[in-house]
Amino acid sequence: MIPELGQFSLILALCLSILLGTIPIVGAEKSNALWMSLARPLAAGVFVFLAVSLVLLAYAFVTDDFSVQIVAAQSNSLLPMRYKITALWGGHEGSFLLWTFMLAGWMLAVSIYSKSMPVQFVARVLGVLGVLCVCYILFMLATSNPFDRVTPLPPVDGSDLNTALQDFGFIVHPPTLYMGYVGFSVVFAFAIAALLSGRLDSAWARWSRPWANVAWAILTIGIALGSWWAYYELGWGGWWAWDPVENPPLITWLFGTALIHSLAVTEKRGVFKSWTVLLAILAFAGSLLGTFITRSGLLTSVHAFASDPTRGVFILGILLLTVGGALLLYAVRAPLMKSNLGFSLVSREIFLLINNVLLVVSAASIFLGTLFPMVYQALTDDLISIGPPYFNAIFVPLMIILVVFLGIGPMSRWKKTSMEYLIRQVSRVFLASLFLGLCLPLVILLEFSLAATICVSLASWILLTIGKDLKNKLANKPSLRSGLSSLSSSYVGMVLAHTGISVMLIGAGLTTYFSLERSILLGPGEQVELGSYAFIFNGHEEIRGPNYIGDRANISVLRNGSEIEALYPERRIYLASGTPSTEMAIDAGLLRDLFVTLGEEKEGGSWSMTVYVKPFVRWIWLGAIFMAMGGTIAAIDKRYRLLRRRKIEKSKEREVAADLAAT
Amino acid sequence: MKIHRKKKLGVILFVAAGLSATVGLTLFALGQNMNMFYTPSQVAMGEVETGRRFRIGGMVKEGSFISESDSLKVRFETTDFVHAVPIEYEGILPDLFREGQGIVAEGSVDSRGVFSASKVLAKHDENYMSQEVKAALDAADALKSNNSLQSISER
Repeated sequence: MIPELGQFSLILALCLSILLGTIPIVGAEKSNALWMSLARPLAAGVFVFLAVSLVLLAYAFVTDDFSVQIVAAQSNSLLPMRYKITALWGGHEGSFLLWTFMLAGWMLAVSIYSKSMPVQFVARVLGVLGVLCVCYILFMLATSNPFDRVTPLPPVDGSDLNTALQDFGFIVHPPTLYMGYVGFSVVFAFAIAALLSGRLDSAWARWSRPWANVAWAILTIGIALGSWWAYYELGWGGWWAWDPVENPPLITWLFGTALIHSLAVTEKRGVFKSWTVLLAILAFAGSLLGTFITRSGLLTSVHAFASDPTRGVFILGILLLTVGGALLLYAVRAPLMKSNLGFSLVSREIFLLINNVLLVVSAASIFLGTLFPMVYQALTDDLISIGPPYFNAIFVPLMIILVVFLGIGPMSRWKKTSMEYLIRQVSRVFLASLFLGLCLPLVILLEFSLAATICVSLASWILLTIGKDLKNKLANKPSLRSGLSSLSSSYVGMVLAHTGISVMLIGAGLTTYFSLERSILLGPGEQVELGSYAFIFNGHEEIRGPNYIGDRANISVLRNGSEIEALYPERRIYLASGTPSTEMAIDAGLLRDLFVTLGEEKEGGSWSMTVYVKPFVRWIWLGAIFMAMGGTIAAIDKRYRLLRRRKIEKSKEREVAADLAAT
Repeated sequence: MKIHRKKKLGVILFVAAGLSATVGLTLFALGQNMNMFYTPSQVAMGEVETGRRFRIGGMVKEGSFISESDSLKVRFETTDFVHAVPIEYEGILPDLFREGQGIVAEGSVDSRGVFSASKVLAKHDENYMSQEVKAALDAADALKSNNSLQSISER
């Protein structure tokens, strides 16, 4: 009964979102105030019914209702409670409900935090989001109903959550990623609303910016969590694999990054308007592409859900309808937008344009590499795969160029900057970062390495240019404190995010070039040396968990003869499905991770295992945290709020005046 | 031409040049880093030159798995139920590697016809078969039915 209520609630949400997708938009077209005013209550209604749906599905998981198909497929009575609840998004149907719920959540947030925007605009934005909701719920009901029952008889027990998913990462990564992903739908809706109204001005950019920043920050965290989880769970010691399903979030992220920069230009200078709109559409398309690739089963990867071709076709339909429709609207309306190209060849506008071109090109080439195997197969019927070397060969050089410009951009001025000024500003910084890049690795590693030099130079280039810019900004201030407090939070956000890039660059570069790894067979008491560390295998014991049995090895790590850490990697067999799973043991540190994965027992009691030393690997995720903080701080910039308050006061005054006039 | 037109043209040319350079480089890089996929039958019939990197996919043949007791070397055969290709690998196999399961291996084949793998991937989900393994089995099925047709017609 309860699951049917959930489905009923889902159908109600569909009905309300159909209303939301039509009435307010038509109302905005006809300037019908009543119809437009329905947008907010309808959005709240959709949210409530989707929430009810989600809670009822979670209830089915918690109470082990194996008559519901996805509960039977993804859960088990032995599963710990935290995984019973989160098993909800362990498969296609449930995760799509979560995705749709996230959209409704964003919709609710828009309806709450949009008091300063014109009613007409809000009606259009919520209407567009309503149309997306209709597509998603229809898709669920038609091809992947999460509330489907097992007929005729429910199984006695569920077949368990995929063992690789029974982990903390699974609890946090999908919701965060989805929230970030879906957040770009809001920016998309803003862009479409602006296209519909024909008013693409800096006000539109100012309204979109906080949303784009927040969505971008959450997506950053979502991707970083995925990378962190893959690092410690999948057990191959890597943090990014250029997997076909990892790529769409990155593509979306790159478009999103271009978008938040381009929005800045549009807001401040009123140029690049049509380009910004296009980026908003592309970022949204990237998020739908991600859904399509994971759920259509067209590509083989760790993430792919068991596939069903009708789903792929349906999502492709949604993709064509929304993105195609948006592009059509764009083609009709964009030429009407006039921007004055009031800037010279050396100006902040140009540097931001370069940023955008580089980001979009890298996104496009990742897109090409991801879809190429599919296209190739369709054309020649041969199966191929594109390996990480392709992606590295394209992405790394582009990012190096990007980082060089990243240093100069913030120092340049709007409209026109003289080349001499820029050169004067950065020449010493440039030499200093080269010097640091040459010396620091030499001091630490005691050997010359080109990769480390490039990496450290670029990272210090970012930090030193930020420092120089700050110094310029604070030079004429009476005191350091008053200077620092005079910085706008968008500026502080930018500084933090750029610092994040620098931190991530150090992490990614040094881990890639200086990681050590060795697969080896060790008997009890034997040891292996790796770098300046020795790993001693002390033996193993049998363990028993709530829903698994397994072995745990005991490994001591020595440095310069003294023990610094004991590591306990495990190898488990999950009882319900009989699948084995390895749990690595990691000693995390700011400067290096030590990391052991356990293989299997061979004759004579020796075990196969892989040991790793990974320098600076934590910096990758630390950098992402900096970036996300930057994005968030930039989004809460005072001027968005001040403006809102002033507008509200103004409109109140107007209402009062109108009331007075009426009486 | 007016100045702002000139500027606009400059911007457009700049973007176009950047884009076309990248597309060219991208296509070049794609061509360089493409791994073809072959089935055990194709490999067994010598369709792949030795030393070239490619992917092979099929089932791990029952009873073929041998693991050396004093090193990480393993040897097994992958089959599409028509032909089997021996695979050598040194390292730790994925969790879900088992006899009778589908796998995909990346590496190259030597003059003895032995495939030395640098990477072995196993399917990660009970309900899910890798597209490559499926393609290999389908191809083998087609080959089998072709052969039986031929043998019927020869009779």
